[in-house]
Amino acid sequence: MDDFLAARSQMALSLGFHIIFSCIGMVMPFFMAVSHYKWLRTNQEVYKNLTKAWSKGVAIFFATGAVSGTMLSFELGLLWPRFMEHAGPIFGMPFSLEGTAFFIEAIALGFFLYGWNKLNKWFHWFTGVVVGVSGLASGILVVAANAWMNSPAGFDFVNGRYLNIDPIQAMFNKAWFSQALHMCLAAFTATGFAVAGVHALMILRNKNRDFHFKAFKIAAVFACIGAILQPLSGDISAKDVAERQPAKLAAMEALYKTEKPAPLLIGGIVNEKDKTVKGAIKIPGALSFLAHGDFHAEVKGLDQIPKNEHPPVAITHYAFQIMVGIGTLLALISVIFFINIIRKRSVIDKRWLLKLFVASIPLGYIALEAGWVVTEVGRQPWIIYGIMRTKDAVTPMPGIAYSFYIFSAIYISLSIVVTFLLYRQIKMVPVVYDKSDSHDLKS
Amino acid sequence: MEYVVVTFLCLAILLYFLLGGADFGAGIIELFTSTKNRSRTRKTMYQAIGPVWEANHMWLIIAIVILFVGFPYIYTTMSVHLHIPLLIMLIGIIARGTAFVFRHYDAIKDDMQWLYNRIFRYSSFITPLFLGIIAGSVISGHIDLDAKDFLTAYVWSWLNWFSISVGLFTVALCGFLAAIYLIGETDDEQDKRRFIKKAEYMNIAAVVFGAMVFIAAQFDGIPLIDWVFKNTVGLASIILASLSLILLWYLLIKGETKTLRILAGFQVTMILLAISYAHFPNFILLKNGDAISLFEAIGPPKTIYSLGVALLLGSILILPFLGYLFYKFKKKEE
Repeated sequence: MDDFLAARSQMALSLGFHIIFSCIGMVMPFFMAVSHYKWLRTNQEVYKNLTKAWSKGVAIFFATGAVSGTMLSFELGLLWPRFMEHAGPIFGMPFSLEGTAFFIEAIALGFFLYGWNKLNKWFHWFTGVVVGVSGLASGILVVAANAWMNSPAGFDFVNGRYLNIDPIQAMFNKAWFSQALHMCLAAFTATGFAVAGVHALMILRNKNRDFHFKAFKIAAVFACIGAILQPLSGDISAKDVAERQPAKLAAMEALYKTEKPAPLLIGGIVNEKDKTVKGAIKIPGALSFLAHGDFHAEVKGLDQIPKNEHPPVAITHYAFQIMVGIGTLLALISVIFFINIIRKRSVIDKRWLLKLFVASIPLGYIALEAGWVVTEVGRQPWIIYGIMRTKDAVTPMPGIAYSFYIFSAIYISLSIVVTFLLYRQIKMVPVVYDKSDSHDLKS
Repeated sequence: MEYVVVTFLCLAILLYFLLGGADFGAGIIELFTSTKNRSRTRKTMYQAIGPVWEANHMWLIIAIVILFVGFPYIYTTMSVHLHIPLLIMLIGIIARGTAFVFRHYDAIKDDMQWLYNRIFRYSSFITPLFLGIIAGSVISGHIDLDAKDFLTAYVWSWLNWFSISVGLFTVALCGFLAAIYLIGETDDEQDKRRFIKKAEYMNIAAVVFGAMVFIAAQFDGIPLIDWVFKNTVGLASIILASLSLILLWYLLIKGETKTLRILAGFQVTMILLAISYAHFPNFILLKNGDAISLFEAIGPPKTIYSLGVALLLGSILILPFLGYLFYKFKKKEE
């Protein structure tokens, strides 16, 4: 394996895993806080147990998210030293703030996990909320740093030198808001559907129905609100990308030729050699509308972009299709869910709806990863869009392939262990958290 | 503002060394504890470091973020030339961090615990070893920016007797810090005696490896003796460290725990100061005799300004909260 490809693969792998770990660690504290609040308000034991059960999950994911994040802060330098040498002082602001947010999160988590019966109960609850808020802040800040790579700002690039550096301007670059919004909603949607799905599965298996249904409701409400808002945020993102990174938009839609009006392609097989797309459904003018809010607007194709600045089209296009497809599906499920809630139908007995949630367990994360593929692969060949090419940033050290193999082994085993741990947590629910079932059997 | 940033960098490194070091040390102690006493050691350790566990490791992140934002050239030089030890250290950090959490949060305590424990102990040893190797390499003058071949550029930069001695010295210091810390965490007389024994052994190991560092420095042509003894601060701190060592042994035999901790922390701080004062603000010493100085490699003024503000604001938010955390879980039994 060539060193450059190995470095890119290792980075993609590390980010891919870190994103999932940290999204769960970032969103679950909110579920936990809701359940905790209900326990304090209603005094129903089940909410207390649910909070404790979820807090175990938070602890596991926070730890894996923290170590994989620590790793990333080193990998940036280990793999892309030339990039960090120049970019560090410019886009470092969000990272230093993120350090603070993360530190607060770690302290608050210490209070929360070890504070049962030791702290004032509302202060204890508050520390749980702090975990969530600072986690979310961390996420937004890191995404702002990534947004800078898509939309460099806060410096003047003169003859290969980076002058007049202004880190604040760099942090509030043009892409930060749309990217951060999209990412936060995605985190809530994906984690919400995964958590709700797992609890729905347990309801379908008739285990600890009351416990799992309470858990399901909290997670599902978060998930469904996220899924319904996500298309709106996607629209903001699309318009933003069309303006700033026409090459990325063209790759997302495999638009080889500039068209006016431009059709929206759904699906299709991309042939990068002949620059054609086969078998796609075309919606006339729709891309013009999505990109510019006008059915007749011109959309820039790849023909207007120098060939050595083309991103990989097929991967970006497929990833985009997967993301939008799943996003639409989850939004539909969410609408059905809310209709049932509004009409006061009992969701717990609608087995088909619960089954839909079970089927959605992995979907949110698949869409989320696909979305990151769109952002990252769609930015290629640039590491700093329009300024520095990825291949110029890579480390001079040979043999990165070996480090890639080691990291792959680590991440794969880490995922297996984490899944295994969660499986055991869920398996132990009747014993540790909700003894009502075993009670029923006896009586 | 650059002084603020440099101070924070030094502080973060020091705190990581003391707090993170004690954390690593707890694993090292466990590694060198006989099988029958292991579960007791583990329990004490968990009570001691559980709540502050995550926070202790944040100092590393703070240090690394300050480096790459404020001193990008230092960060990238280290990442390129010390790629391999950094990688091993990272693997150690991942293995240790996850094993620690997994062994506590696995809902079913069965044979898997055996695996978590193994991973935890060995990575507790390897991580500070390589941390020390990295620290040693930075000042060893083995980093060669003009190296043409793979071995000189990426391997001999850290694989030398001096760096390895510093690594072992670090391991012993971590073990020592942890043993001292754990003495105060247990109420059981027998356990207390065990930890005192451990502290004594680790202290002897530290002295032995410390001597080895000096010998290796002599062989590698590193003027360590000059650094430490030829300036007043270096000399004063090494004398203070030695004096505190005598006092420490006295208190150790008497079983005085509170002062012990402060003294152990003080001693390690003095050792770090003695080694680094002579060449401060030079951070990386290079093979060709040049050095990369903190004040020369510092980032552009606006970056340093905003980094300094972020650090100051951050510490206003963090420190009271962190202090309360330590406080709240210290007086647990009362």
